[in-house]
Amino acid sequence: MLTQTSILRVVSKLLIPPIMLFALYVQFHGDFGPGGGFQAGVIFASAFILYALIFGVDNARKATPAWLTRLMLASGLLLYAGVGVVAMLLGGDYLDYSMLSSDPHAGQHLGITLIEFGVGTTVAGAMITIFLIFDGRLRAEKED
Amino acid sequence: MAFTAYSLVRLHNLFAVVMLSGIYSLLAAVLYVVMDAVDVAFTEAAVGAGISTILMLGTLALTTRMDKENKLIDPVPLAIVTITGALLIYGTLDMPPYGDPSAPVHHHVGQYYIEKSGEQVGPPNIVTSVLASYRGYDTLGEVTVIFTAAAGVMALIGRSRRRKKKGDKT
Amino acid sequence: MQTFSGLFNYWVVIILMMMGFYMVISQHNLIKKIVGLNVFQVSVFVFYISMGKVKGGTAPILAEGIEIYSNPLPHVLILTAIVVGVATSALALALTVRIKDAFGTIEEDEIEALEIEDQAKNQESLS
Repeated sequence: MLTQTSILRVVSKLLIPPIMLFALYVQFHGDFGPGGGFQAGVIFASAFILYALIFGVDNARKATPAWLTRLMLASGLLLYAGVGVVAMLLGGDYLDYSMLSSDPHAGQHLGITLIEFGVGTTVAGAMITIFLIFDGRLRAEKED
Repeated sequence: MAFTAYSLVRLHNLFAVVMLSGIYSLLAAVLYVVMDAVDVAFTEAAVGAGISTILMLGTLALTTRMDKENKLIDPVPLAIVTITGALLIYGTLDMPPYGDPSAPVHHHVGQYYIEKSGEQVGPPNIVTSVLASYRGYDTLGEVTVIFTAAAGVMALIGRSRRRKKKGDKT
Repeated sequence: MQTFSGLFNYWVVIILMMMGFYMVISQHNLIKKIVGLNVFQVSVFVFYISMGKVKGGTAPILAEGIEIYSNPLPHVLILTAIVVGVATSALALALTVRIKDAFGTIEEDEIEALEIEDQAKNQESLS
């Protein structure tokens, strides 16, 4: 039913790339306006969820297979913790960004950008995983 | 918003309940913008009105559509709720009025962040700099919580597609 | 009255909170309970953020020419709380799906009745 409604298919094909672009914008402009990692991750995930709703879970699984979502989940968290460890190795406290570069302001900026990216990746991975599990189970039940 | 919450209590059609909860979150997001909390409004609109509603609809599709007819009003929960509400209202009588700039909550740590964040950290968005730099540990914990939630959902209902066909669950 | 107009918002939010609380403790359907939890959480957040507003202030983003900002500290705490809240709701909904599989229903009193039956059967088979 949903896959045969051509208006929905065309409109969502037009909308999904701008949604992802907006998510990236929010992610990297979190310093200057409202935004940051969480909002960006959720918006990015919602682009995938829209795709899965209109085109079916199997197609969505081809775009984001299980290993990819698991990788997104884990790598975001590792990136965050890793930045902290690097700061510690360079001589400061854990998660002290001033150590990441010679100028403390640049160090803070670099540190914040990296960890926000980590946060965004994990949040997007988590939301996509949870939704695809719910939806996958729904299709399996309908087939019974 | 009060009207939405009241309808949520009384409705039996679960689909309408889920939709109304999405509307409730959206109204809350509008309120946040009025109260100058733009980051929070962004997150609440995306998360509350988006993801929560989608997940609840997914659960509805996997379970039932209608609520069972209930007896009218339970006296014991109503009494508990009224007493708690009265105590809370009694507690607010000591609070400073809404928007008061001389309230103590604005002066110590908040003031420090507003003044120093420009020199010490850099980015103009104070909320991001507090979240990522001054309170970085909390954000690390939060990301861990999200990770755990996704792992938990995977453990709970990730694998049962095959098992359902064989019939038994362990 | 001064106090009434100053505190009116807080009272309205408390009423919303109490409606959410009532939903959690009195409804028998599990999904309605989770929705009630969501309502409760959102009203607590509104309460918290309304405490952080400063009259005449703007959003806490540094800009030229603006003197008074609203307090950023509640914003940060609530941001974390919203995300943790959705994580909890997702887990709760996953649990509900599993309960439906195991018991066949999501009304709380029916589940309790089924559990009591199960326990009685277990006791009989043990003794």
